[in-house]
Parts: sequence; C-alpha cells; structure tokens
Amino acid sequence: MSFPLLTVVAAVPAAGAVATAALPAARRTAAKWLALLVSVVTFALALVVAFRFDPGSKSPYQFTESHAWISDFGVRYALGVDGIAVALIALTTLLIPFIILAGWHDADPLEEAAPNRRWRPTQGFFALILAVEAMVVISFEATDVFVFYLFFEAMLIPMYFLIGGFGDRAGGEDEDGAARRRSNAAVKFLLYNLAGGLIMLAAVIGLYAVTADQLGSGTFSLQQIVEARAAGRLHIGTGTERLLFLGFFFAFAVKAPLWPLHTWLPGAMGESTSPVAVLITAVVDKVGTFAMLRFCLQLFPEASSWATPVILVLALISVLYGALLAVAQRDIKRLIAYASISHFGFIILGIFAMTSQGQGGATLYMVNHGISTAALMLVAGFLISRRGSRLIADYGGVQKVAPILAGTFLIGGLATLSLPGLAPFVSEFLVLVGTFSRYPVIGIIATLGIVLAALYVLVLYQRTMTGPVKPQVSGLPDLRVRELVVVAPLIALLLFLGVYPKPLTDLVNPAVDHTLSVVDKKDPKPTVQVDAVPGGGRHGHAVREQDVEAAK
Amino acid sequence: MNPVYYLYLAALLFTIGAAGVLIRRNAIVVFMCIELMLNACNLAFVTFSRMHGNLDGQIIAFFTMVVAAAEVVVGLAIIVSIFRTRHTASVDDASLMKL
Amino acid sequence: MENLIALLVAAPLVGAALLLCGGKRLDRTGHLIGTLFSVASFALGVVLFADMLGKGAGDRALHQQLFTWIPVGGFRADIAFQLDQLSMTFVLLITGVGSLIHIYSIGYMEHDERRRRFFGYLNLFLAAMLLLVLADNYLLLYAGWEGVGLASYLLIGFWQHKPSAATAAKKAFLVNRVGDMGLSIAIMLMFTTFGTFAFGPVFAATDRAGQGTLTALGLLLLLGACGKSAQVPLQSWLGDAMEGPTPVSALIHAATMVTAGVYLITRSGAIFNAAPTAQLAVVVVGAVTLLFGAIVGCAKDDIKKALAGSTMSQIGYMILAAGLGPIGYAFAIMHLVTHGFFKAGLFLGAGSVMHGMNDEVDMRRYGGLRKYMPVTFITFGLGYLAIIGFPGLSGFFSKDKIIEAAFARGGTEGWILGGAALLGAAITAFYMTRVMLMTFFGEKRWDPAEVHPHESPKVMTLPMIVLAFGSVFAGGLFSINEAFVKWLEPVTSFAHGHSPVSATTVTAATMVVLVIGVGIAWGMYGRKPVPALAPRGSLLTRAARRDLLQDDFNHVVFVRGGQELTGTLVQLDRSVVDGAVNGTAAAMGGLSGLLRQLQTGFVRSYAVQMLGGAAVLVAATLLMRGV
Repeated sequence: MSFPLLTVVAAVPAAGAVATAALPAARRTAAKWLALLVSVVTFALALVVAFRFDPGSKSPYQFTESHAWISDFGVRYALGVDGIAVALIALTTLLIPFIILAGWHDADPLEEAAPNRRWRPTQGFFALILAVEAMVVISFEATDVFVFYLFFEAMLIPMYFLIGGFGDRAGGEDEDGAARRRSNAAVKFLLYNLAGGLIMLAAVIGLYAVTADQLGSGTFSLQQIVEARAAGRLHIGTGTERLLFLGFFFAFAVKAPLWPLHTWLPGAMGESTSPVAVLITAVVDKVGTFAMLRFCLQLFPEASSWATPVILVLALISVLYGALLAVAQRDIKRLIAYASISHFGFIILGIFAMTSQGQGGATLYMVNHGISTAALMLVAGFLISRRGSRLIADYGGVQKVAPILAGTFLIGGLATLSLPGLAPFVSEFLVLVGTFSRYPVIGIIATLGIVLAALYVLVLYQRTMTGPVKPQVSGLPDLRVRELVVVAPLIALLLFLGVYPKPLTDLVNPAVDHTLSVVDKKDPKPTVQVDAVPGGGRHGHAVREQDVEAAK
Repeated sequence: MNPVYYLYLAALLFTIGAAGVLIRRNAIVVFMCIELMLNACNLAFVTFSRMHGNLDGQIIAFFTMVVAAAEVVVGLAIIVSIFRTRHTASVDDASLMKL
Repeated sequence: MENLIALLVAAPLVGAALLLCGGKRLDRTGHLIGTLFSVASFALGVVLFADMLGKGAGDRALHQQLFTWIPVGGFRADIAFQLDQLSMTFVLLITGVGSLIHIYSIGYMEHDERRRRFFGYLNLFLAAMLLLVLADNYLLLYAGWEGVGLASYLLIGFWQHKPSAATAAKKAFLVNRVGDMGLSIAIMLMFTTFGTFAFGPVFAATDRAGQGTLTALGLLLLLGACGKSAQVPLQSWLGDAMEGPTPVSALIHAATMVTAGVYLITRSGAIFNAAPTAQLAVVVVGAVTLLFGAIVGCAKDDIKKALAGSTMSQIGYMILAAGLGPIGYAFAIMHLVTHGFFKAGLFLGAGSVMHGMNDEVDMRRYGGLRKYMPVTFITFGLGYLAIIGFPGLSGFFSKDKIIEAAFARGGTEGWILGGAALLGAAITAFYMTRVMLMTFFGEKRWDPAEVHPHESPKVMTLPMIVLAFGSVFAGGLFSINEAFVKWLEPVTSFAHGHSPVSATTVTAATMVVLVIGVGIAWGMYGRKPVPALAPRGSLLTRAARRDLLQDDFNHVVFVRGGQELTGTLVQLDRSVVDGAVNGTAAAMGGLSGLLRQLQTGFVRSYAVQMLGGAAVLVAATLLMRGV
C-alpha cells in the first residue's frame, strides 16, 4: 500500500486544530505560530501532491485510497484527486496561511476583559480555521458521495462559530447590536446551508437506494456509479434522475451561492472579520461549485443537460444582479460579497456551458477568484480595522495618507474587474468564450458584467481612496510589514497567473475533458475552416496540424 | 372459572387508576393510581400467560414490578422534596417547566 | 532581429515596475529612469526600422513567438508579436512622441511630490500601447487595449485629491469598458467562427465567412474603436479627461492612445473590406464625430477642452478615412502620424502657457501672450498652421488626401462625406484661429499683479521645437513620391480613389473654406476685444459648451436610470428574495408558537394527552386489523 498522501494533507490541519485548541490561555502567541506553521506544512504537502500529480495519466483519479468503512451500507473511505481537485486543494492550502496571518490580532481578547483561565478565544479562532481547512480539503478529495456529504455538512459547525463568535471591533460603539447582527448572520448561514444539506441527504439516500436496487449491492462510489452507467448496468429513470440531481444541485447552489439562494452571503461576509469572510467566499463556497462539476455533472449527466437552460439563466441573473447590487452597497464588505455573487454566477455559467473553455475557465475562475477576493478583502479588512467602520462614506482620500494600502487595494480591485494581465481576466474570458460558443445571447448579456464590475470597483475606489482627505482618515498608518507579507505574494501570484496560466491549465484541462466525456458533450466546431497562411505565423500551422489529426 | 373475568377486573382497575390520575390533585394519590394501573396491567399479563399457556406474561409482570419499585423510589423522593420546599403536594402547583 | 521585438515592450515595462515598486529611494532619480527606458525603447525602434528599410517590401514583417498564453481545448492564445510596416509606424510614433513628452514632463512635473509615480504610469502606458500595436492576435491586442485604459485611468486621475479628476478618470475607464465589451464580443465571435483570433489566419479566412458574421464583427470592432478613440456615441469621456496633467493629454489623449481605434480598424481591414455595411457605419461615425468634435471645440473657453474637441474631430477624419477601405487606410495612418506631431505640440504649448499662467486654463483670461512666451508662440503657431491645413505644412498633405478620398467614395454618399469633411475643415480653421487669437493676440485679460507670464524652461521648450519641426515637414516628407503610401501598401493595401472632382478642385475648395473659417474667426475674436466673461451665446453655443448635451443625456438615462434600478433591486433583494427566506423562518416560528400552547406544564393535561394518544393508537390498530 502506498503512502496515504491525501489523508495526510487533511489530517495535518485536523491534528493542528486539536493541538492549537489544547494550548493554555496564556500561550496565545504560541497558538498563532503553531497554527501558521501547521498551515504552511499543509501547503507544502499540497504542493507535493500538485507536483507529483501526473496530468497525462489515463486514470481520472490519482493518489487513490480506499478502505471499507460502513460496509453494511457500502460506504467506503475513498479519496482521489483529479486536476481540478488538485488546483483547488492548492488554492485552499495556499490561502489559509494568509488568512491566519491577516487575522493575527482579530481574536485577541479585549484588554479590559477580566483574565480568565478558561477564556481562550485566540486558540479557538485559529483551531476553527484549521478545522475548516481540513474539512474543505477532504471534501475536495472524497470520491465517495457519503464521505463528501459528511464533511460538506460538518464544515458548517466550525464556520458557524467563526461567523458568530468573532467580528470586527466596532470601535466601542454599539457592541451589543453588532453581536446581535453577527449572531443573526451566523444562524442564517447555518440554517440556509443546513436546509440545502438535508435536501441533499435525501438525494444521497435516494442514490443509494437506486444503486442498491439495480447493482445488487448499494454503493456511494462516484467511480463505480459512473462506470456502471457507462457500461449500461445502471439506468436511473428520467424522473428519478432529475429529482436526485435537483437534490444535489440545491445544496451546491446554496453554498455557491446562486441567485436567488444568495441572501445569506452578504450578511455572513459583512458581519464576520475579513479573514473569515475570505474563508467563506474564497474557500468554503468553492466546495459548492466544485461539487457541481464533480458530482452533479458526473452522476447525473442527462438531468444536467435537462436543467442547463434554467441554471444558465439563474447564473446570468446572478452575474448581473450581484453586480448591480454591489454598485448600490454602502458597506465595503457587503459590496465585495455582492461582487462575489456576480463572480459565482460566472463560474456556474462556465460549468453549465458544457464546453472545455467554459469548464476550464470556471475551474481557473475558482482559483483566481479565491486569490483576487482574498487580496481585495484582506486589504479592505486592514483598512476597516484602522478606522473602525465598514461604511464607504466614512472614508475618503486614503490614497494620500496610505499610498501602499491604496495601491494594493486598487490592484485587488482591478483583479476583481478582470483587467488583462491579472489572473481573473484569463478565467473570465474563457468562461465568456465558452458560454458564447454554445449560447451566444447569454454570452453577450453576461459580457455586460464586465462593465458593471468596472463600475462597482471604481466607485468603491473613488469614494474610499481619492478626493480630499477626511479628518478621521488623516492619521491612518500605511500597511505594516505583516500586512505586506500577506498582500504582496497574493498580488505576485495574480500577476504570474495572469501572464502565464499554463501550469494551471495543464493541470485542469485533462480533468475537464474527462468531465465533458462523461457528460457526452463536445465543443462546437468553428463554422469556418481556417487553413495555413503563408507568413501568417505559427498559428495557422498549429491549427492545420490539429485539423489533419482530427480528420484522420 | 373463565379467565376472561380476570381481564374485566384488570380493565376495571386500569380505568379506576386512569381516572384517578386525571382527576386527583394530590401527588401521593396520583402516584397510587399509577401503581394501580401498573398492577392492572400485571394482572392482565398474568391472565394472558395463563390463557396462552406460556410464561412470557409472567416474566413481563416481574419486569413491571421491578420498574414500578424503581419508579416509586425516585417518584416518592421527588414528591417529598417538593413537599418540603413548597408545603404542598398538589400536582397543579408544580408547573414551572412551561415557558 | 525579431527577438528584439519583445524588448520594445519590456523596456518601458521594466521602467514602470522599477518606478512603481521602487519606493522613496527613487524619488530623486525616478524621472530620469523613466525617460531613459522610454528613449531606450525608441532607440530600439529606430534600429528595427533601419533593419526593416534594408529589406524588400515583401519580407519586412517580423514575427516573434514568446510562449503560449492560454491553452484550453481548441482555444489558444499566444504571447506573440508581429512587427510589420503598420506596427513600425506606430512604434516610432509612440516611443518618439512618448520620449519627447517624458522629457517635457521632467520640467512640467518638477514641483510635484509624486513625480516618480507619474513617470511610472507614463512608462506603463508606453508598454501597454506598444503591446497593443505589436500583438499578433486580438486577445493580446485586447490586453494592451485594456492596459492603455488603465494607464489612462491612472494618469487622468493623477491628481486624485481633486474629486473632479477622480470622477473624470472613472468616467473614462467606464466609457472605455463599454467599447471594450464590443471588442471582447468580437473576439468571441471570431473564435466561434474561425476557431482562432490570430491576425493571419482570421484575415485569410474572411472570404469564407458569412456576410452577417462579418458585418457583426465589423460593428463590434467599431464599438471598441468608438470607446477608445472617443467617437460618437462614446465620446463623452475625452473632454473630462483633460483633468489629467497636460503631458498626459498630449501623449495619451491626443497623439497615441485615442488613435488606437484607427489602428484597430486599419489592422482589421480584411474584415471591413468584406463587410460593406460595417464600413458604412464606420464612415458615418467618422463623419458625425468630425463635425461633433469641431462644433464642441468652437464653444469651449478652456484651452485644453477646445483642443480635446479638436482631437475628437481630427480622429473623426481618420476613422472616416479608415472606413473608406483601401483608398483611405494609408491616409488615415498618415493623418494619424502628422496629427500626432502637431496635436502633441499644441497640447505641450497649451501646457507651457498654463505653466506660465499659474495653471489658468480659461482662454478668456489669456490674451497677448506672444510677447511673453515667444518660443511657445512660434511652436504653437506652427502647430496651428499645420492643423488647419496651411499649404506646405503637414496637415495640408494628410487632410487634403482624406477629403479627396471621401469624395472618391462615389455617389451621393461621396458628396455627403466630402461635404462633411470640407465643412469640418472650415470649422477647424475657425476654432483653431479662435484659440490662437484668444491666447496669443489681443489685449491682456489677466491681472499683471497676480500673474507673471514667462517662457518655460529649455527642457520643456525643446520637445515643443522638435514636434514643431515634425508638424512642418512630416507631411511633405511623407508625400514625396507617395513614400508613405508605398511603405504601408503591403500591409493595408492601397487603391487609388476615383474622385468625381479633380484633386486640384478639392485643394482649391479646401483653401477657400480655410480662408472663410479663419476670416470668420478673425472677425469675431481678432477685430474686436474678447470679453473676459463668456457671453450667454446662442442656443447652439450653449449646447456645445455642454458637449451637445451628451452628458446630460447620459446622466438622465444611465446614471439616474442606473441609480433607480439598483435602488429598486436593493429593495427587492431585501423584501422579496430575502423576505421569502425570512418569511419562511417567521412562519416556522409562528407555528411553533402555536404548538407551544399545548405545553401547559400541568401534569394532568399531559396525562390526558397520553391517554388520548393511547386511545387513538388502540383505535387505529383495531381499525387496521378490521380492514
């Protein structure tokens, strides 16, 4: 048996969470460093996975592990990763150290609080973050529907405490009101996602019943079900398949979130501290879109095609609706939350466009959106912690007093509006091309999103950073070293992936092709055949060679 | 003698017990009525055991007695402690659990 | 040689990275570093130009493939450059004028504490603009396209502490994005039609694509060009963009970036040649804008905004020429180059005037400045003569050819277009004379106690002198033996237009309208003193001062409409979408409240419930067995 690398990637942060939580109250700083160390080690392990992963391999999943768990119900502890999962695990483990660093002081007990030996908020904060990381990672790895479901749902518990238990310091004003709003947001987050999860549970059980009925013994194994379908041994009735698909999709659409199931996100992101907001939108929500690709499409290909028109329209509404609402927000964090809703619309659009550009773009989008939102949101968090207000109107002229902060904020914003040269452009354009090549009208309308994105980003930047310096803003310090350490690598990564996304596309392309072959969709062919052009560069030749190969 | 009469008697005793639980307020009396119901059940079990010619009903009757004894121990203790603190044994007065 | 192409882009890019990340250490030398990288790029351009001249016309195009940018399925975008005669022309213009303006800025921005950053942005702009003209495929062009948009945003809003500058920058970026939307949809359409968006394969395959597709492509590209080149209906940002420092207006909003639309249309000539409907749209946009810009230019009292109107109008000429097809491409580019010289010179002159006048921009507070700043006066005057098309100067050669080509379109259209171009020439003569007279002639309308007009330092006047040389001689030089047309012909192709009126007649007509325009202007502003406060003016004047009400239209329709829409959506989100969720939660709460009533806390009522429940169970069992 080979080394269980995937289990270790998830187990390290889990063990780290326990260890961090166990540290005594006085060892706050040690807890922070421990959590940081654990997250960095996890990232290193994820890099090992990424570098040892072979994109050219024939088998769809690699590093597979499979152990019987609840054999009565055919539940196996089965893990395995494809290129998409590797990319997302790398993203998750990459972001966690930055989230921890950015939240370094967010959970320090207030100075005036009476010393209490059992009061350990700092340890709890970082332990919860690591716990979320472990569960997210294992959700990306699971190839058994039951195992996936278990961690998909369990994630809610630490997230609930992170949202409800830790918030921005309101600067002494209305602490009680802030605590109440925070707790409301956490409850809403929990109930919303729980409702989705329970509906999914019904579908998971239904899937088991169908397989038990037709295959003799029930199974939750994604690969077995896909293979049985392909071999004709498993035939799910049309009506049943659609119901099961909807059950799965509903849970993922809540998590993603797709319009009109999005209303928990602005509250949850607005009320939590910005590292937690990044955790929600850049890490946890990605499980939803990832699961659409891995489970919805592969388990229920026909129902996916059936539901595509409706989902595309909902995704399109998300794109425009999120962007329009972002324009009207008065709260920086809620604005970024609505922008994320718009971006998730793009991701879902790409997934259900069922083209290699759309799905490849959607996967890149998940990674790039994670990085760009982290950059923007964390800088916004630094700004908010300086002034003690989330309202856009309370700022103005920050550029003058804190140019580096303003500069990084602008770069984060430009990434959010998908400027070429920064990573999100690549993915957004791929999603749009992928959508356009199959559904031109939806593609064109979605392109309006790029104008609206420019609008909300630039309005935000103008109102907070430019203009005359407001008196309350005048003393703000510029970014500190710790904060620069958080932001600079993210920006460097945005630039690198914007100019040279090939490492990522190489990783993702085979997995996308596999998904498309399961769904049985092919990219639309260009309407005009292009052949080699004398002196027209290497392009023409490359295209011709491909065509010749295809013709053979 | 026809064993069905024992069943009639058991039903009668059970009804008396149930009525007592519903009507009386004194906790001790309610408690005694519960015991009456349990014993009515025991009687029915033993009768059925006799009618069917096996020992199942008698065994269950023993179980019931054990449970009833345990219940008396706990229940009487609660009643006594309520009486000590409130100087009343009326079940209607002990309604603090509702919100 | 082809390996050097990437260095053209890389040099200013490195400069920008150095200056923007370098921090305060580079504050004292930043301007020199920026200028150095710009000049280096220009020198490299000259080397490549010399190399290109040494080859035959057929094999001058160079190609450099760096690496594959985005490979996903059949979608393949490369980082690859193509340097042909058209790109070469732009490279020399961009780096040449760009370097001059870097030098000028050393003096102009001397007292600005953020000078280092300014040069960083200028270098960033150069890199993006070079990327735009050197790309060998539309997606890379798009990257440069958005890149210049970003640089323009940063530079317009350079003085961010002024809310007007920040607003103007945002507006410029947004309007440009609307155009960019057109360009990006065009790229998508190209991909679905041809499976590629590299120049070579697409242009070679246009004859096999459907007419509808080609027309759509043409119109989408035109939308992109309208955004970047400030053509009607996306012209509203250019006037506001004058909030930026004057060197920026000279480089970006006169000489280079705003001409990107002309480049795009000329580069996509193969598509437009095959789509006559799209070409018609191009010439209409060009003709409308050349009149629109000219009319706006007549009414502005702000010297930079008057010049901005003029820029819009001159680019209208270029777009018009580019829309005429092979008879016009070469002249569009020729006018673009000569315009680059004289308009950059005019803006630098305006900047020099402002420099000496305490940053006053209102021409009604100028007057009689020729004695105080002679170099500025002479260079500005030469630029003025060039732009109105004074015989022998640059503008005369290039504009005359465009008017001729417009007539050569033939039919009624030819007469309308030619007429519009002639009318535009007359208005150009009028408003430029107005600017000239109000600034340098007449009486002083400034307070000598407060303002002390003086000539600018050498570092500023030198670039103006160089540009003045270009304004005077470039056109003539290009026209010797049709050198410029022959130079571009392998790329853009060229056809001689057959004008219904002879070339001499056109030239004569141009001279006549020129004299009329100058004459009217002299009658209004030269003969009698100019009032220091603007008169109320006619209805048209007042409308022109407000950019022919375009901004008001935008405000009412898009800004107000958008605010209404987003406001409604926010309400909707709160009351309907979130309301449904909260409503469900509230309904659950109400239901549980009802059920709670059953829990009275009385032991005996629980006993009744249990008894009832037992009875129901027994009854149900009996019933089931009965059935």
